[in-house]
Amino acid sequence: MPDLLIELFSEEIPARMQAKAADDLRRLMTDGMVEAGLTYAGAAAFATPRRLTLAVEDLLAESPTLREERKGPRVDAPETALEGFLRSTGLTKDQLEVRDDKKGQVYFAVVEKAGRPAADIVAEVLEKTVRNFPWPKSMRWGAGSLRWVRPLHSILAILSTEEGAQVVPLDVDGIVSGDTTEGHRFLSPGRFAVTGFEDYAAKLKRAHVVLDAAERADMIWAEATNMAFAQGLEVVEDKGLLAEVAGLVEWPVPLMGAIGEDFLELPPEVLQTSMKEHQKFFSVRDPGTGKIVKYVTVANRTTADDGATILAGNGKVLAARLADAKFFWENDLRTVERVGLEGMAEPLANVTFHNKLGTQAERIERIAALAREIAPLVGADADLAEQAAKVAKADLPSEMVYEFPELQGLMGRYYAEAAGLDQSIANACEAHYSPLGPSDDVPTEPVSVAVALADKLDTLTGFWAIDEKPTGSKDPFALRRAALGIIRLVLENGVRLPLPPMVKKADILVCMNPDGISGPGPEKYIPTLLSFFADRLKVHLRSEGIRHDVIDAALPEEWDGDILLLVNRVRALQAFLDTEDGANLTAAYTRASNIVRAEEGKDGVEYTLDPNPDLAENASETALFAVLDAVEPKLAAALGAEKFEDAMTALAGLREPLDAFFEETLINSDNQIVRRNRLCLLNRIKALFARIADFGKIEG
Amino acid sequence: MADRPRSFQEIILRLQSYWAGKGCAIMQPYDMEVGAGTFHPATTLRSLGSNAWAAAYVQPSRRPTDGRYGENPNRLQHYYQYQVLIKPSPPNLQELYLGSLRAIGIDMDLHDIRFVEDDWESPTLGAWGLGWEVWCDGMEVSQFTYFQQVGGHDCKPVSGELTYGLERLAMYILGVDHVMDMPFNDPDAPIALSYGDVFRQTEQEYSRWNFDVADTATLLDHFVEAEAECARILAAPHEDPKTGKRIVMAHPAYDQCIKASHIFNLLDARGVISVTERQAYIGRVRALAKQCADAFVQTEAGGYAA
Repeated sequence: MPDLLIELFSEEIPARMQAKAADDLRRLMTDGMVEAGLTYAGAAAFATPRRLTLAVEDLLAESPTLREERKGPRVDAPETALEGFLRSTGLTKDQLEVRDDKKGQVYFAVVEKAGRPAADIVAEVLEKTVRNFPWPKSMRWGAGSLRWVRPLHSILAILSTEEGAQVVPLDVDGIVSGDTTEGHRFLSPGRFAVTGFEDYAAKLKRAHVVLDAAERADMIWAEATNMAFAQGLEVVEDKGLLAEVAGLVEWPVPLMGAIGEDFLELPPEVLQTSMKEHQKFFSVRDPGTGKIVKYVTVANRTTADDGATILAGNGKVLAARLADAKFFWENDLRTVERVGLEGMAEPLANVTFHNKLGTQAERIERIAALAREIAPLVGADADLAEQAAKVAKADLPSEMVYEFPELQGLMGRYYAEAAGLDQSIANACEAHYSPLGPSDDVPTEPVSVAVALADKLDTLTGFWAIDEKPTGSKDPFALRRAALGIIRLVLENGVRLPLPPMVKKADILVCMNPDGISGPGPEKYIPTLLSFFADRLKVHLRSEGIRHDVIDAALPEEWDGDILLLVNRVRALQAFLDTEDGANLTAAYTRASNIVRAEEGKDGVEYTLDPNPDLAENASETALFAVLDAVEPKLAAALGAEKFEDAMTALAGLREPLDAFFEETLINSDNQIVRRNRLCLLNRIKALFARIADFGKIEG
Repeated sequence: MADRPRSFQEIILRLQSYWAGKGCAIMQPYDMEVGAGTFHPATTLRSLGSNAWAAAYVQPSRRPTDGRYGENPNRLQHYYQYQVLIKPSPPNLQELYLGSLRAIGIDMDLHDIRFVEDDWESPTLGAWGLGWEVWCDGMEVSQFTYFQQVGGHDCKPVSGELTYGLERLAMYILGVDHVMDMPFNDPDAPIALSYGDVFRQTEQEYSRWNFDVADTATLLDHFVEAEAECARILAAPHEDPKTGKRIVMAHPAYDQCIKASHIFNLLDARGVISVTERQAYIGRVRALAKQCADAFVQTEAGGYAA
């Protein structure tokens, strides 16, 4: 059985697209071939900056012959039915078979689809793959209309057996398939022919191309760490950078260089960011001091001078970059020294946050006022929280953040420290943006928590006040992230934050905007904001294994917006429902609820009077009354103390008496007085459940 | 290395003769203030339509916000770009480009040349393309783009565009750390001039004017005037009543678009354009660029056949 080798050779493919492209090539080709009847033993795909390669092992030499039978009309059916059948099968009447069927004689068409040689199928599937390749962005070039990620230059496609290799003939807009490829652009120019995958991989290596990206990454990492180790240093691990760099080279040659003395005092994050973002350098650290002292760059070639020229060039570019960074750093420090952090923040008065929500400076004033309000709720000093909020975004106009936006917050911390501000303020500068993502760390220091909450609360209130809520997948101001941020801050720090009064305070601040706000007003929008929070909460708690219907059940009709309290209730409820008692009691509740609803419906009345224990007719009924009398105050006490687990335990006490009651008692007694009393008893039980949650919303 | 150029102007001359040798028409800079070589009609307009084209030229470019009073070693508010545009893009454009690096003295056996993804987009021109920034030993020496759309029109055929940032490239080749120290003409010439001799004073003058003195009210008026004049030119009937010929005035209209774009850059440097207004201004310039592109494809050079 033949092996198949395909290589699509192009101009440089963006590093970030290579891995997925190799996988797409494998998937599209193998799916297409299998669909056409060509099965295979194994397939592997590879990518370098200039090529996508697919190697398929043990492909069928041709697709199997397929025999298809189709039943047609009866022999005595009208002529038109037969004509239709002949048209659809493409046969003539004398090619049909007549067979006996239960209902008489019936025409059968037997269509045999001959197998096709592998080369034909591969050519067809490959052309389709090339023409429909799912590049994230593709382009045309020259005068043609073919699309590829960058100009496609050649297609290698061969089927090889022990007898030799055969080119799969193919012509895609003038690119004719062959059995040749190219090696490294500079080290091994020129084309060469190959006979199969092993030959291909070996010849490529001789031509200075390491085909497998994982192998290139391993080579880079091994060499980089060796070089660092030899000098008692360590390479800062960065898997994303490693994968990217492996996609920028066909023949990786790591080179290590030193960072100029002048720059070693820059914050390590600045060094790292500058080297990584602009130069794709790895940072090399002195494990003793933790300082970044060297770098590793990865060249795409060897040279006669062992990379000396390349390293000198890279060093020069880095020095220019770091000179810029140092210049920014020193300017920023001078600014802080001269006018302080609040002075640094001054240009924010000219930066519009949103045309209906004022400038960044106005927003910061609001956040500061809110942080003051929130401070006592999170155990923070109100003055510190306010002061922190006022300077938390002061680094936005700094030169360093203008150059490296990803350093916002972090630079704020450095500059706050330089200004000699309280450490809790400096920390808040960095931490108040967090959490940004669902896995991001949540700040825990009270001042940071206060500012982080105030920031997000202002954002949400502002956009609700001007009625620009997220719709569908559109959330341009990341309001979902802000709500999730508040949820996580509150839960992970155990904060009782009453949302509606805080939102009203935030709303008053937002409405002080001179341009005025014409929105629905807080009374109108607070309910929708609360349900937005509830929705975010469902998404967030899903990872904890808490079902959305459990949250719905625990959510009071008029929720007070206390996220922590709600979640405590929800968690206790979910834990309870996961026990046998919980499942059993939910079933009992459903039973009681169904009976009451049916009977109330029938009679057209509500049985909400207090049931009379004296009307109990059997022991289990009497016992149930007694248990209810005991459970009700316990439950009330537990709920009053917000001890939801205790409330659940109290409720669990109902299980056995309730089971026994249903076992022994017929609700619909012939005695109408007894019947009504029992229905009232069921309602009393329902009411008890309802104090914990709306069990009717729990999906079985 | 004997083959190394010795001055800024020698690098330009070598690029000129290299691309002339490859068949490009060597054009002269456009006589208007532009932000980049792409704005030259030899690129923007000629990349439109079906006619073949090959041109190379130096374009003085102005970016008022980059002014540093001549003090920053790498930043200038006025600098030079070398621009090559070939339509349709030839299959060996990468090879041709690498040849140009050899021509200006970069030894391919010692340096590490890389094509690193960098897609190009010009919001003011309504244009985009895919390509790379070309790295030499980790330094960006050129931008290499296959134009896909200009002025909202699909580029058919596709042009290949090369842009070299001349000062940076020359500083690298000449081994100079501060742009003002770079030899402009031959250092052994009787009157040897450095880049600073030629440009330090103008950098100071323009930095002051760009940042603090340019009259924003006048500039705002000029912007509106250019916009109106562009619309007026394009609204004129295609047939010229005087000659009786069909004369679509794409280039004069495009001059107004260039003007508006540069005035916007000046206003931006003066810091009088807010973040929200910025988008609106860019949109207005883009609208002009689109209308000019629409007009150009109605001309003979733009592939119009009567």
